[in-house]
Amino acid sequence: MMNNAVSATDLHVVRSGREVLRGIDLTLARGEVTGLLGPSGCGKTTLMRTLVGVQGGVSGTVTVLDARAGAAELRSRIGYVTQAASVYDDLSVTENLTFFARILGVGPDRVAECLALVDLADQDSQLVSTLSGGQRSRVSLAVALLGTPELLILDEPTVGLDPVLREQLWASFHRLAEAGAAVLVSSHVMDEAERCDRLLLMREGRILADGTPAAIKEQAGTDDIEHAFLALVRRAA
Amino acid sequence: MKLSRTLAVAGRVLTQLRRDHRTLAMLLLLPCLLISLLWWMFDAVDPGIFSRLGPAFLAIFPFFVMFLVTSVTTLRERTSGTLERLLAMPMGKLDLVLGYALAFGAVAVVQSLLAVGLSVGLLGLEVVGPLWLLSLVAVVDAVLGTVLGLFVSAFARTEFQAVQFIPAVVVPQLLLCGLLVPRDLLPTVLKVISDVLPLSYAVDAMLHLTRSATTTEVWLDLAVVGGFVVGGLALGAATLRRRTA
Repeated sequence: MMNNAVSATDLHVVRSGREVLRGIDLTLARGEVTGLLGPSGCGKTTLMRTLVGVQGGVSGTVTVLDARAGAAELRSRIGYVTQAASVYDDLSVTENLTFFARILGVGPDRVAECLALVDLADQDSQLVSTLSGGQRSRVSLAVALLGTPELLILDEPTVGLDPVLREQLWASFHRLAEAGAAVLVSSHVMDEAERCDRLLLMREGRILADGTPAAIKEQAGTDDIEHAFLALVRRAA
Repeated sequence: MKLSRTLAVAGRVLTQLRRDHRTLAMLLLLPCLLISLLWWMFDAVDPGIFSRLGPAFLAIFPFFVMFLVTSVTTLRERTSGTLERLLAMPMGKLDLVLGYALAFGAVAVVQSLLAVGLSVGLLGLEVVGPLWLLSLVAVVDAVLGTVLGLFVSAFARTEFQAVQFIPAVVVPQLLLCGLLVPRDLLPTVLKVISDVLPLSYAVDAMLHLTRSATTTEVWLDLAVVGGFVVGGLALGAATLRRRTA
């Protein structure tokens, strides 16, 4: 299965005595933008952290880019954007990117490229603490893009962004996928679903549905994803 | 281990410090101010007391200030999510800890030189041993504060908890280091405890330098403090976890 960037079987995660992931099987294909949709608290972040290899208490097998999740060789090949912007407030945008670029061992020209990609070239010398929430999360996104990752995992990257910028970011996710990366984007907003090549609907630690937006709507017999989600929840109950 | 990453971390920490003027002032000037206060206070009573106690404070103040600033700074790295991000990148744990130690060590050099320069140059502290060795002991003490601060930050979840380590970790060392009661006169149990606390050796070294021109004892004390620094670095790196719940 050369095409799969991620394959996981029978994934369980227990966090402080509570089973957060309850038996998940999934594959992520290279060249596709996969949406991970579900309500807050359903385990999206835990699933993403498991794929990145930073989650403890995992059982089951997770293979990422032909290695075990969390293997040292993967650290330069995965881009991960957490929900809260993980950047230094007291550094400028460029200083943040330059620092992480040095850790990743990529050159300064890549810093400028990534800034342009998230549309922050004009704010490059501004301190992160003076940016808006949306701009901060774009700095965090730019950091994840620095290493030209083969697997890009984005936890709610478009929350609080204006529609124009959201459109631009989704376009750049698709460009990255066309270049061969596997992209996993989570959201608790169902209207982002149509922008994905493939969807994983998640609820209470399980995958409820897995397929293209069209296939999921057809399976549920509805004409939008929100209703499809509700129909599938009712059917599973 | 990779030197370029260590240097990247050190450079970044120093840039952040440069932006934070209040912290920088506290790091560089506070030990000088406290030593001046001490001198002023004793000068009115008996100038000899400052010469006896001053060297101990040259070991204690930098240690104390560096411990405080480092523990809170590293904790901020843990709580802001940047630590997790770094550990998900090709970042060696020891590279990270060494980068921090290097940055704060550089600050410690400046701080210690200022404090020693002030004490000997302006406040008339009399030193029999070599002055450069006194400065070196002060620098190593400050680095010790840095390393202990790094280490304990692993056991605090908030900045509030980190600050609570000051009475827990720093004050007992202050009480038992020979400043208040000479270590030889301590009750046996306290003497044993004092023997395993790093600040005791730092103060021993300082006191020796004010009384004697021989340096062997100072190097031995310095070696013990250096051992604690290396051990603290290793433990600090060991407390970093790539996988967390």
